[in-house]
Amino acid sequence: MPSHKLPTPESTHQEAPFEVFGYAPAPESTSIVSLAERYDCFINGEFTPPHSGSYFPTINPSTEEVLAQVALGDSADVDRAVTAAAAAFPAWSGLTPGERARYLFRIARIIQERSRELAVLETMDGGKPIKESRDVDLPLVAAHFFYYAGWADKLEWAFPGATLRPLGVCGQIIPWNFPLLMLAWKIAPALATGNTVVLKPAETTPLTALFFADICQQADLPPGVVNIVTGAGQTGQALVEHPQVAKIAFTGSTEVGKIIQKSLAGRGTHLSLELGGKAANIVFDDAPLDQAVEGIINGIYFNQGHVCCAGSRLLVEESVAGILLEKLRSRMMTLRVGNPLDKNTDVGAINSKMQLEKIEELVLSGVAEGADLFQTPCTLPDKGFWFPPTVLSGVAQSSRVVREEIFGPVLSVLTFRTPEEAVEKANNTPYGLSAGIWTDKGSRILWMSNHLRAGVIWANTYNRFDPTAPFGGYKESGFGREGGLHGLLPYVEISR
Amino acid sequence: MTPRLAVRKTYKMYINGAFVRSESGRSYRPEGNADMNLPLGSRKDLRDAVRAARQAQSKWASLTAMNRGQILYRIAEMVDARRDEFQEMLGGKPRHAQEVEDTVTTFVWYAGWTDKFQAVLGTVDPVAGPYFTFTLPEPTGVVGIVPPPSHSLLGCARHLAPVLATGNTAVILAGDADTRPQLLLGEILATSDVPQGVANILTGSVKELLPWLSAHMDVNAIDLSGCPEPLLADAERNAAENVKRVYRFQPVAPLSPYVMAEAIEAKTVWHPLAR
Amino acid sequence: MVTTTLPLSDVLVALPARIDTVAAEERAAALAKRSIKKESKLFALDLAIRCMDLTTLEGADTPGKVHSICLKAMHPAPNDPAIPSVAAVCVYPSMVSHAKEVLKGSGVHVASVATSFPSGQSFRDIKIREVEEAQRAGADEIDMVIDRGAFLSGRLDEVYEEIVQVKEACGSAHLKVILETAELGSYDNIRKASLIALAAGADFIKTSTGKLTQAATLPITLVMLEAIRDYAWKTGIRAGMKPAGGIKTAKQAIQYLVLLNETLGSEWLTPAMFRLGASSLLNDVLMQIEKERTGSYFAAEYFSEA
Repeated sequence: MPSHKLPTPESTHQEAPFEVFGYAPAPESTSIVSLAERYDCFINGEFTPPHSGSYFPTINPSTEEVLAQVALGDSADVDRAVTAAAAAFPAWSGLTPGERARYLFRIARIIQERSRELAVLETMDGGKPIKESRDVDLPLVAAHFFYYAGWADKLEWAFPGATLRPLGVCGQIIPWNFPLLMLAWKIAPALATGNTVVLKPAETTPLTALFFADICQQADLPPGVVNIVTGAGQTGQALVEHPQVAKIAFTGSTEVGKIIQKSLAGRGTHLSLELGGKAANIVFDDAPLDQAVEGIINGIYFNQGHVCCAGSRLLVEESVAGILLEKLRSRMMTLRVGNPLDKNTDVGAINSKMQLEKIEELVLSGVAEGADLFQTPCTLPDKGFWFPPTVLSGVAQSSRVVREEIFGPVLSVLTFRTPEEAVEKANNTPYGLSAGIWTDKGSRILWMSNHLRAGVIWANTYNRFDPTAPFGGYKESGFGREGGLHGLLPYVEISR
Repeated sequence: MTPRLAVRKTYKMYINGAFVRSESGRSYRPEGNADMNLPLGSRKDLRDAVRAARQAQSKWASLTAMNRGQILYRIAEMVDARRDEFQEMLGGKPRHAQEVEDTVTTFVWYAGWTDKFQAVLGTVDPVAGPYFTFTLPEPTGVVGIVPPPSHSLLGCARHLAPVLATGNTAVILAGDADTRPQLLLGEILATSDVPQGVANILTGSVKELLPWLSAHMDVNAIDLSGCPEPLLADAERNAAENVKRVYRFQPVAPLSPYVMAEAIEAKTVWHPLAR
Repeated sequence: MVTTTLPLSDVLVALPARIDTVAAEERAAALAKRSIKKESKLFALDLAIRCMDLTTLEGADTPGKVHSICLKAMHPAPNDPAIPSVAAVCVYPSMVSHAKEVLKGSGVHVASVATSFPSGQSFRDIKIREVEEAQRAGADEIDMVIDRGAFLSGRLDEVYEEIVQVKEACGSAHLKVILETAELGSYDNIRKASLIALAAGADFIKTSTGKLTQAATLPITLVMLEAIRDYAWKTGIRAGMKPAGGIKTAKQAIQYLVLLNETLGSEWLTPAMFRLGASSLLNDVLMQIEKERTGSYFAAEYFSEA
């Protein structure tokens, strides 16, 4: 049997280069964010205490410090929120489209004006590097509202020959990896099409959503159009089960997505799901290798790998596996892991203890199965949740670390010999969210794009996002698209 | 002259391009038609049909759009040629002639869509950066269809044609009423250059077969338009097992390009743009 | 580490020149966003001076002008002994002897451009001769230009052979090979030219003559640094890098040093392995050092012209 074990590269690269030219700490100031001790639910335009009277702490995962207490919404709060949203629906959907557009433009502008504050808060609550929340998340959030603001008064031209009607109250449940961006992906198209929403942010990252509630107030958005109920899984479940909710939009794990789809069975509730992934990032021997390395790094270590479309499976053509891995390891030596608020940090904190334990368990299983482990050498802070950038090579298609979504900074490496084999391996997963292709050959890019069963294909790039470009999965990665023209469809009833 | 002794027809399901009786050896007599035995499909027939549909899918999708259009048009031609037979089977009334006519229209209409839906359901995405990005509609894969029973022929046509036009393959559960029109449609498909496995028509108990179809992990989408209400919740729950796309059109799918949107995936491709 | 030289064809096959433009530019832009503060900023500014090739390449250059620039090179801030000398003064061949005289014993090198700088469009023997004369006049370093005409018409062997001959003519002088990247048309070509120069024995590769409006950029430098790294991995031979042209601010200089630090590592953070070619950068660096030390922003008139 041919050995698919990767050749060991003879590394000539020096140790981590930071001893001589170590960058002094460059922390972003948190003084721009003023946090209250306690946050209530945002219902019908006002912050109101939770029915239960209970609050839960939200912490900074890089320090484990408590940032604030947040309302634990229960089914009574969800009911109040849905009722408020239902009451607001006739007026909101009856507004002239131009007025709806203006509200959304206004929100987009306020987000831009407050972008530094929101970026710092996003990093404090979620652990992602400030350079990402500042340069990626926040610009995309504002852009998303701008984009869908523009659709609000042009819906009659969106789908030729069709009439669009809003659905009603949309229940939206979002994850902790891109808290404010996922909020934007959910709320902007929903409001543009005339729906009202009840949004449930993730348990570990509720703060930017609550600041967004403040933005809604600042924008004079009519009460009840946007409602935010914080809480945990049960809060989300109450939202899913509420009979007045016309549509559920969920981003999160495939496991929970299936539970939601099941609990909606037979109810006629609209549903869109953006679920997990196990994307192949495929590197051919004619690829621009140094840029491919950047794409691999960006594909798996961006946002600590807490990305549903992360390029978590590196498929590399066997003839360049040695040199590519050498370059990858060398590049990993320069990754800066640590304080997410430091402007030079490349990889921040793992979002929660629970997630860290999941990552650790899976990596250990990989090592137990015989994988070779390589990690960025770095000193991890004592407090907080951390996992160094990791590569597992010498793994098999059947390994758990190749099949299961790790949702952390862990890359598994496999090799292939022909484009057909690459496609076969890439598609050999129940997921189908994204894929990467690295090759100099145009015809091969198109052929591969054609054959890969995934909703987003990045050729000679990775992890690019834009409000004009649809995003969403094939197979068990979900259905419905967010972004672009296609992103309108999950929020309208379409009749010819 | 002695009256002619008819040579009766054996009705068969259409699976993987072949006419088969149920592997189970079972048959049923539709209400009010004691003189005919129609195949009572089994879960193994269903399994075979899904397997055939899966095998046929990538090739069907990779035919040129023009070619798929010609095949759909050929279906319309063949239905047209046997319109009297269809009308007779449907009940022989003028409204049945209309149903046949609508069926012909449906196949002609979707024949023309095979190379146009991409322009309506695809986009070029003007992303803010040095990239060229576009979004193409692609078939979801294998689609299970429970057509609305109210129009035995037109229901099939309206729910099958958009699925085939976009490059999907289909397994139809035609139910256990008088399904002769659906079985005749199978004969039409067989003589219209539709490749084997692309469309499969099973007859028999929806109640018995739907749980297998809705839970089948190799089926990507399911059209539950004709699913009886008591079976709906279970079918949708089963469908969640592999995150199937679930949709319904009632009473029958309209002639609309947006029907095709139910069984397509949007694929977005990014590439850098530089000299 | 094994040190081996390889034939040009082997190098070009082993280290193919395929660069994705957008991704390379994004990587360089990302590195440019590094936030360099406090002591690391002072370290970088000090290093920028120590790695600087203070340059004057004017038709109007005179012994007087060269004299003045040499004094500035040795003592960028005469009142401040903590400020180091620059690495070298870069002049035309005719000015080498003047510069050598002023700089004698200072440790500041004399670099001379050569090979019919900046176009390189002359006869091979004249170019070789020019190198020999410059070296004889006291040049410690020779900054040659490659034959872009030969490169762009596909005569790669000629480009290579010329560099080999120039290297021979250099004797003990160090050879920097200027690619004039703005004329090469693509990052692929920049990488290819880098590898040709490296294989032919260049001690340094250098971006530009400074005579075109398009000169050094961060992504071009990144691509060249990666060529240096790949060549070193392949052969064990470590060459130096010199971005030149258009580098006018301390902020830019720091960005180049970050790029260097994160692509080749700390061993390249030395004048032996890295140079910044610049004519008007020095005072901005001095100004920034004062800013770091005192906390106040400065004005140009507090710093002497060369």
